Amino acid sequence: MEGVMQTETKIRAESGIESGPRGPGCSLRNFACEQNLLSRPDGSASFLQGDTSVLAGVYGPAEVKVSKEIFNKATLEVTLRPKIGLPGVAEKSRERLIRNTCEAVVLGALHPRTSITVVLQVVSDAGSLLACCLNAACMALVDAGVPMRALFCGVTCALDSDGTLLLDPTAKQEKEARAVLTFALDSVERKLLMSTTKGLYSDAELQQCLAAAQAASQHVFRFYRESLQRRYSKS
Amino acid sequence: MKETPLSNCERRFLLRAIEEKKRLDGRQTYDYRNIKISFGTDYGCCIVELGKTRVLGQVSCELVSPKLNRATEGILFFNLELSQMAAPAFEPGRQSDLLVKLNRLLERCLRNSKCIDTESLCVVAGEKVWQIRVDLHLLNHDGNIIDAASIAAIVALCHFRRPDVSVQGDEVTLYTLEERDPVPLSIHHMPICVSFAFFQQGTYLLVDPNEREERVMDGLLVIAMNKHREICTIQSSGGIMLLKDQVLRCSKIAGVKVAEITELIQKALANDQKVRKEGGKFGFAESIANQRITAFRMEKAPIDTSDVEEKAEEIISEAEPPSEVVSKPVLWTPGTAQIGEGIENSWGDLEDSEKEDEDEGGSDEAIILDSIKMDTGEVSNIGSQDAPIVLSDSEEEEMIILEPDKNPKKIRTQTISATQVKAPSKKPVKKRKKKRAAN
Repeated sequence: MEGVMQTETKIRAESGIESGPRGPGCSLRNFACEQNLLSRPDGSASFLQGDTSVLAGVYGPAEVKVSKEIFNKATLEVTLRPKIGLPGVAEKSRERLIRNTCEAVVLGALHPRTSITVVLQVVSDAGSLLACCLNAACMALVDAGVPMRALFCGVTCALDSDGTLLLDPTAKQEKEARAVLTFALDSVERKLLMSTTKGLYSDAELQQCLAAAQAASQHVFRFYRESLQRRYSKS
Repeated sequence: MKETPLSNCERRFLLRAIEEKKRLDGRQTYDYRNIKISFGTDYGCCIVELGKTRVLGQVSCELVSPKLNRATEGILFFNLELSQMAAPAFEPGRQSDLLVKLNRLLERCLRNSKCIDTESLCVVAGEKVWQIRVDLHLLNHDGNIIDAASIAAIVALCHFRRPDVSVQGDEVTLYTLEERDPVPLSIHHMPICVSFAFFQQGTYLLVDPNEREERVMDGLLVIAMNKHREICTIQSSGGIMLLKDQVLRCSKIAGVKVAEITELIQKALANDQKVRKEGGKFGFAESIANQRITAFRMEKAPIDTSDVEEKAEEIISEAEPPSEVVSKPVLWTPGTAQIGEGIENSWGDLEDSEKEDEDEGGSDEAIILDSIKMDTGEVSNIGSQDAPIVLSDSEEEEMIILEPDKNPKKIRTQTISATQVKAPSKKPVKKRKKKRAAN
């Protein structure tokens, strides 16, 4: 992790729209997003990546329990609910990863002694679930109007047995993969906010995945931008 | 977060409107809100929207051993969850009275009415039966949870397909979705709950109350009925007394409403099945209304990853070369091994090695212990005296380990380290600076 953080700072920001030869695995599935679809939460979004779908609701800044109050910033809570059964260790671990990512971008100091709650509901899991959760959380935070330093997105990469890089893998691809890496990147500097990996990979492969994730993040952020442009357009 | 209380004037306004036979959303007394049913890509997954109330249903199955007194019957399990997403007042992990009441009613409506043929879920009598689990998640609470939940549950059950099994002698074979088409559950009838809210001690009645109306109502009557006009469950809550005529009238209204809803459900199911058969697009992605300005889609986006390798190489070449040290286990005595440079345990005493630094002119702090015997003696010694164990600075210590050529080894005796433990602590950052200066 430390090595990543060190080398990560040296990655330059990407520029331009890419063109050229494309591998079959190196594409993002079709994305869809709907904001403000729930009436009760302050902000909500449903995010779909292929068949993976996550619904997110955000409350806040709102009243906080005295026990959870932080005197100089907002308390950020993330709950992730699985579709079947009760939340277990895997959900807790993901919740923590998402919370840490959100904490890095949300300007909590502007709303001291309040709570910002992000509730995520898995609607269907067909691979790259954590990335989809991150994207849904970001869109819901935007919808709720929570002040943020930057937007963030999640990108999942998979390395299969012969080292081919796949972006936004499906559940089947994830299962067959040798390593699955998920990154959260911010929109301003395209830098790493969070990374979690599973499986074996070399340091060169890690850097390749990170570079690919950065390229993919451009598309995701462009999707965010166009989606918000459409929403706030007059026509 | 607490629920915002309803103010007195709001309450009076709502009641007054009801007295004048008016509803805030413009509905008539017996009108239901719009019902929308959408299906996911998996079998047994649906979202039911009743106005703004939204429930996600998912059915799953598992092979389990049956209950002792019901050896030939499958098990049905219902679980409705009130997620915090639905309303800020729903706290996660708390079984509220409302939740218990709703779950109980749902079980009575769907399990006790025997709408699912549980005997067909038996694989081997007394040994293996299917357990069907229905998970319902409330996503948005705008009143009348029970109607939405009961619709979602029955729709999900109708939509669900379980894997096929075959029994030959003692052998049970479970077929995957690819091998054999999954089989639907056998459903006898579709019970649907219809809620009636009563106001002013039963003087006024409303069908399908929304959240505001639920807050000012005096009592609630829930009737679960199927399209054959058979009552499956009836429950009155809120402590109002109803006349026989009122209950009969309600059951008549329920019959009409249930027929309408059943038709809608069957239409939705048939539609989904048709789309699946024709190989068209299905799933939640298709149910997002494209014309809404809050919704947006992007088609599959190819991403150029041709320059990824060069970029990675560039970064790696720019980065500091990794340490060449490969940890070789050192065998001190049989049955023990030590990995690494032979530096002292960094878990217990970080700060003291720093003190040692100062003593020796800040040259270095790599330490090797004389022997394992001494080491063990020392450990027990420290433990008995006082052991302010510091775990926090282990990162700093690790970095020092990774610079191998800078660590000429030093031998230290146990007495020194024993005194070190008591020595006042200092910031490890200083230590690093000093070391750099020294090199």
